Amino acid sequence: MAVVVNEVRRGLYLDSVALMRYSRTIAAMDGVVDAALMMGTPANKEIMADARLLDKEGEATGGGDLVICIRADNAGTAEAALERAIRLLDKSDLGSHNQATWHPRSLRSALEFAPDSKLALISVPGWFAAAEARKAIRHGLHVMIFSDNVDILEEAELKQQAKNLGRLVMGPDCGTAIINGVPLAFANAVPRGDIGIVGASGTGIQEVSCLLARSGRGISHAIGVGGRDLDERVGGISTLMAVDALDTDAQTKHIIIISKPPPPSVANMMMEKIASSDKEFTVCFLGVGELLLPDNARLATTLKQAAEAALGYDEVSPTFDPLSGVEPVPKNRKRVRGLFSGGTLCAEAQVVFRAAGEDIASNAPIEGTPTITEANDVHCLLDLGDDQYTQGKPHPMIDPSVRDDAIIQALNEKGVGVVLLDLVIGFGVHEDPAGHLATLLARARTGENPGLIVSVTGTDADPQDRAAQIRTLEACGIHVAPSNADAAAMAVSTIRTKC
Amino acid sequence: MTSSPIKKLLEEPLQVINIGLESFAQELEAQQTGVIQMEWVPPAGGDPVLASLLSKLASHPQATTGDVDLITAANEEALQRMLTGEPVLVDVVPANEAIPSLSKHMILHAGPPITWERMCGPMRGAVCGVAVFEGWAPDLTTAESMATDGEFVFQPNHHFDAVGPMTGLTTMCQPVMVVENRTFGNRAYCTINEGLGKVMRFGANDQEVLQRLGWIREVFGPAMGTALRRSKGIPLRALVARGLTMGDEMHQRNVACSSLMLRELAPALAGNVADSSTLAEVLAFIAGNDQFFLNIAMAMGKAIADPARNIKGSSVVTAMSRNGTDFGIRVSGTGDAWFTAPVEMPEGLYFPGFSAEDANPDMGDSTIVETIGLGCFAMGAAPAVAGFVGAGAASEAAVFTRRMAEITVGRNPEWTIPGLDYVGVPTGIDIRLVVETNEVPHINTGIAHKQPGVGQVGAGVVRAPMACFHQALRMFAQNLGVV
Repeated sequence: MAVVVNEVRRGLYLDSVALMRYSRTIAAMDGVVDAALMMGTPANKEIMADARLLDKEGEATGGGDLVICIRADNAGTAEAALERAIRLLDKSDLGSHNQATWHPRSLRSALEFAPDSKLALISVPGWFAAAEARKAIRHGLHVMIFSDNVDILEEAELKQQAKNLGRLVMGPDCGTAIINGVPLAFANAVPRGDIGIVGASGTGIQEVSCLLARSGRGISHAIGVGGRDLDERVGGISTLMAVDALDTDAQTKHIIIISKPPPPSVANMMMEKIASSDKEFTVCFLGVGELLLPDNARLATTLKQAAEAALGYDEVSPTFDPLSGVEPVPKNRKRVRGLFSGGTLCAEAQVVFRAAGEDIASNAPIEGTPTITEANDVHCLLDLGDDQYTQGKPHPMIDPSVRDDAIIQALNEKGVGVVLLDLVIGFGVHEDPAGHLATLLARARTGENPGLIVSVTGTDADPQDRAAQIRTLEACGIHVAPSNADAAAMAVSTIRTKC
Repeated sequence: MTSSPIKKLLEEPLQVINIGLESFAQELEAQQTGVIQMEWVPPAGGDPVLASLLSKLASHPQATTGDVDLITAANEEALQRMLTGEPVLVDVVPANEAIPSLSKHMILHAGPPITWERMCGPMRGAVCGVAVFEGWAPDLTTAESMATDGEFVFQPNHHFDAVGPMTGLTTMCQPVMVVENRTFGNRAYCTINEGLGKVMRFGANDQEVLQRLGWIREVFGPAMGTALRRSKGIPLRALVARGLTMGDEMHQRNVACSSLMLRELAPALAGNVADSSTLAEVLAFIAGNDQFFLNIAMAMGKAIADPARNIKGSSVVTAMSRNGTDFGIRVSGTGDAWFTAPVEMPEGLYFPGFSAEDANPDMGDSTIVETIGLGCFAMGAAPAVAGFVGAGAASEAAVFTRRMAEITVGRNPEWTIPGLDYVGVPTGIDIRLVVETNEVPHINTGIAHKQPGVGQVGAGVVRAPMACFHQALRMFAQNLGVV
């Protein structure tokens, strides 16, 4: 038998919309059939009467009185609902929730809101990224395109358009930049300084800037240009613009250029550009061992060497001995399996292995390295951040678990004596990649597994703290090398050590 | 040498717009770098054909003449026509005097064209009621069989310079308010708001409803008409500007403007209605209806929007309306064509005893106020109205106005919102922006019971169907030779 209770608050006025909201809250309580909180105007009383909510007390109200009407399954429920309604009236909850937030959907509104914006950071799916970048350029913004899978002809057209408007396009597939001290996407907490970097690769910029930081030097700006900027079809538009920008930048004294080897036509333009500058350059075209350079430029074959060249040939890891702590591996386990999240770190490892005369294969080969389908029974160095692995998946630097299966497989693969990994920390990436790896190893490792050699790209000032990451790795028996090149050298030494 | 924009990039504090992964914006925020996170959606909701049509429209040679492209210029013209209109409430006259072609058995209704067979319950109920009211049928049952037999001619209000709320029926003997746009010389008409409760605009048709309509025809309409003629009309633009600062958005909340209107009308009424008890009835009728001004705002909206019609190359919406079955829009550059799709259900709050199950699909020409930048577009001015959806905070009201600004050509510098630092209401809906951002106009609306005769059961917010805008964009592009 349903119970109707009414209570009247004389002379209390509340807005009808607020009251409708309270009514809905009370009516939604368990055991409440219907409820109304309304001002007692004739029209409202008619509505409440039609809903069979009004009793004698409610009927006797006037337009300036607030009526609480409840119909419930039993008297107890009705009382509880009435108490709740009174609490709502006495202590309005309208102000207690969070402010509604709004995010603009269009650049037009974003710029109306923040007219001083200078850069659009774009990380939408690749097939939408070029269109968003074009809009951003039309609105006068520079762009950094983190997204990959952008058509190369679209990239060329976009960069030409941007150049005509004096706007810089970093990317597509630009993972790292540091502009005016602000790290963008995947970058590290490095000090400001006088060394500028132009890089076609994100992890290349990260490794070099971190090695410099650990030697006490800083970065003016690090400008990413995307992996295909030096392709003939794009013609190095962004690289040349970036070099120009750093050349005229008062803060920058030394400029490091990192990329894959460019085609001759693009290389020529770059050499002309370098020759016309008064500043010193270090050029690192990974895979190129010899190159005729203008007098103000030096060649570096690895990222580590690039950092050292910029430091005036100071060693970045003077005390590191690739043979220290190395345990010999059995004769039948002489192969290295390298599983990299950074493409350029994979390329640098290839340079180190080839320089040592080791036979290797890779899915992302530098010039002269065979692909994994072309070579058997060699060291295998894989770039797991390559498009073929990341389509529809997060990048292994954001979600290290996408590398888990490959690590487990390598640990159990016949003939593998060393598993070589990179670990990239900093802004934008996973909060604890070392912890993730430690957990994985605790679960997957048996007594018979090959050893692990890892380098950590990052600084102690990064959110993950490089020193803490290294402690975690060492606690589970992993060898940690001071740089990616050192890790590769250590892997080579390990498999060469005789039992 | 470095061009200056790049120098600025390297030397000035970095302010970023982040389009995509939110973690990047969070990292920047944590480092005290200014960043705006965009709510990115794939253009045209991910429809590649429409997205490509949009980019062709942005760059097609026929859409571009010299520096200013044709569409931008045409839309600016449409916006200026809306902003420069001078709407004045000038008169109340019988509908067939305002619209001479409005003859016996002819019924104007809300929304795009519709036949009796496809009309919703409340619209049918109102048709029967109005037929009795006009004396075309002796009773409701006869009226219904006349309608079934095809004895009535149905036409949209919009085809006759008129608008009507909810069912929106306009017939020859009903008095209509006349709003004149003094800048362009056009006039628009709307019936007088009957008040709250059981009324014909919600499909009610009983004796009480018809009696009230009779009183409006015999007493109220003539009195208001005389008062307006003697006072040389009441300018509406400034009145609405004041209403916005007093918490009205002119669709769901008209209490401020209704009061301001009463203040304007009362002296003239007092000077022209001799019998004091009639005068008291007339004043009480206005004073007792918070929504009295809605119908005036609607006629004003129609008078403001109509001069923006038929501008070649303009993608600005000139009318949005619903008949309880279909939602329809008209676009300046596509002339008189209606683009229709099934109307959606409002989301909102219900009166005690009613729920969403009782609700009729959305209905009425009142969306004309959103078309000119009021209603949901001006929600930031009326935080009380935001309570109908979501959590009901003032900040949510502001969000509605900001979202609607994504799809409009510009803002109205005269109609401003104090709580949003006096930003103007977003005005001039551009179908290209609607399709591109995948954001449809939102509308503040009353909710009718689906059974005729019951009346209003709630109020809330409803979305315009995206399909209307997709159709309109295709036709618009085709007219410009863009395919």
